[in-house]
Amino acid sequence: MTTMAHQPTSGPAPAGRPAAEPVHAELSGVQAITFAKALTLAMADAMAADGSVLVFGEDVGTLGGVFRVTDGLTRRFGEDRCFDTPLAESGIVGMATGMAVNGMKPVVEMQFDAFAYPAFEQITSHVAKMGNRTKGRVRLPLVIRIPYAGGIGGVEHHCDSSEAYYVHTPGLTVLTPSTVTDAYIMLRDAIASPDPVVFMEPKKLYFSKDTVDLDALRARYDAGSPAPSSIGRAAIAREGTDATLISYGPSMAAALAAAETAAAEGRSLQVVDVRSLVPYDDETISAAVRSTGRAVVIAEAPGFASMASEIAARIQERCFHSLAAPVLRVTGFDIPYPAPRLEKHYLPGVDRILDAVDSLQWEES
Amino acid sequence: MTNHPEFIEYTGNADCPESYLLPSATPVQLIAPDGSAAPDADYKETYNLPDPHTLVDGYERLVVGRRINDQANALVRQGRMAVYPSSTGQEACQVAADMCLRAGDWLFPTYRDTVAVLGRGVDPMEAFESLRGDWHSGFDPHRYNTALPTTPLATQLLHAVGVAHAAKLRGEDTVVLALCGDGSTSEGDFHEALNFAAVFHVPVVFLIQNNQYAISVPLIHQSVAPSLAHKAVGYGMPGERVDGNDLAALLAVVGHAVERARNGGGPALVEAHTYRMESHTNADDATRYRTPEEVAQWVPKDPLLRLEKYLRDAGRLAAADTARISAAAEAIAKVLRDGLNAETVADPADLFAHVYAEPTPQLREQARQLSDELAAASLEGAHQ
Repeated sequence: MTTMAHQPTSGPAPAGRPAAEPVHAELSGVQAITFAKALTLAMADAMAADGSVLVFGEDVGTLGGVFRVTDGLTRRFGEDRCFDTPLAESGIVGMATGMAVNGMKPVVEMQFDAFAYPAFEQITSHVAKMGNRTKGRVRLPLVIRIPYAGGIGGVEHHCDSSEAYYVHTPGLTVLTPSTVTDAYIMLRDAIASPDPVVFMEPKKLYFSKDTVDLDALRARYDAGSPAPSSIGRAAIAREGTDATLISYGPSMAAALAAAETAAAEGRSLQVVDVRSLVPYDDETISAAVRSTGRAVVIAEAPGFASMASEIAARIQERCFHSLAAPVLRVTGFDIPYPAPRLEKHYLPGVDRILDAVDSLQWEES
Repeated sequence: MTNHPEFIEYTGNADCPESYLLPSATPVQLIAPDGSAAPDADYKETYNLPDPHTLVDGYERLVVGRRINDQANALVRQGRMAVYPSSTGQEACQVAADMCLRAGDWLFPTYRDTVAVLGRGVDPMEAFESLRGDWHSGFDPHRYNTALPTTPLATQLLHAVGVAHAAKLRGEDTVVLALCGDGSTSEGDFHEALNFAAVFHVPVVFLIQNNQYAISVPLIHQSVAPSLAHKAVGYGMPGERVDGNDLAALLAVVGHAVERARNGGGPALVEAHTYRMESHTNADDATRYRTPEEVAQWVPKDPLLRLEKYLRDAGRLAAADTARISAAAEAIAKVLRDGLNAETVADPADLFAHVYAEPTPQLREQARQLSDELAAASLEGAHQ
């Protein structure tokens, strides 16, 4: 005899650990905070402002995420708003899709770049296509946070630069901040976006610090006077006149260091932070390249059929008559991400960038 | 998580404490293929024959559903539709799904569930927009609380869990019914959806329409589980199996699972045994993988004939009923014929308009390019 009348339920989840970090709401004014903390604050502020914003993923609740990016959210907002899921990435993104269909704004965490691949079908076949499939009747305001790229001595499957998969998929917005300020602003903008956003966080930047005015950042999201979105806008990270370095996310530090070294050698390099991979800011980037006439694109991902390749092609198509030299790329090699002791040979560094700059046919200008 | 508000003490078989999760020994059947009431079985304590009015309503929906399948198959043969995955012979599952849900509940259909989609009140021409090839979908899911059928398998089950989870967080009593086929149970998303539903204790009923084949591959190559309903026990939810060609049994079993979910009882898995009487789609040839003898065995198990016999024998099907039902079926057939025979215009501007809430600069540029090409072509046409 069997019926569906009886039902067991599992016991209560373990209680959250005692509060150890300051409650986000108490952080205000001018503060030196990490990139990770800026992301936490962005989620906390968005959750405080909008009850439909939810955070979930693997280890994001009690633990606060393996990188502590969701630290304190469960404690502050409760287990209905920030919670752990079973260990299944397709499940996380698929459930988030249904929740977004039904009025929620999920912000989900993929624990590492390569661990997002089980969710690939949900992301490419549903998340990216829902708005188009429904002729805009169903928009999916969800954010998929992905810690990505290397430079941390990580083991295999923990250091992939996987952005090309997402930028190649129409319907996804793909963002990657490189500064503490952008970590806050761009995640808030991502959560506010009506479209699904793949939000790629360079994990080697998580513990970088900067001093920011939190009140000013939060004021951008005041209901009465919201600031323009960062989505679709590149940023000029450093002014320069001789050549333009174009980079994003995990490679920005190397690009800026290269510009610093070049300045000491008497060459003025402009540095552009693409920030918003999709939508891509042709206007700002083309104008920057036209102003110098030379461009080097720098990205950590393997170069073949990559975001860097797309940027180089677009510059060539739009700025051909302003260019004094071919557009060069400095990227990762076309190999699987190397083991920790070998990654220094793989990552685009200052020397490799400056070698590329040196080969921009200066003798002919 | 705080998803488990109550704990109902289990007081069943001590030798097998999880036996309450297991399906009945044989598929639940209330009306036998010959139209007679099935003999009493132990599940009769739980599952009872629906009242005659409900069964007449169900019969009407079966007749209409069969007519939709027949008409759509005919329109495919006439070239008015690109493709149609027929559900002839397995309409009872879809009819039961519709009848067990309220308007505010959600249905997640597969591509073979057009009858269920129309039963939810979706405008027929909107429902057929993707099958005629005008766009990938045609109706507003929120208007009908019905998700858009798509072709990836089992992915919709996770969306169903998400819709239910959101409703639960808001304290709504929405129930979500998610359909899938036997082949889908092999997909990872099937597993993840059932596990998520159970862990978060959300109000989803998963209804597997086991029609014995995933295109050409028979069930034995998908699973050697005792039954697909037995998979439920692994997730900690009850499973049940039912004669999928017996609308009365489906209404009892699915209805029970839906109300249990609505009352906070959590998810359930129902496996309905049925048979795809026709090929996978018009592009398939089922004679390559199954024998006429096998198909013939299922002809007398037809859900429509069975219920008709039962209702006639019970004196519940008056001449006025059959006339009304027949007229309703012909009316929907005419709507399909008229709608699919009418010429429609697929607007190229739509290609770029909906990919993002606001088209990106790149998409605006590409929209202009296509628009210019079309203008030039039209000018060229005018000059010729």
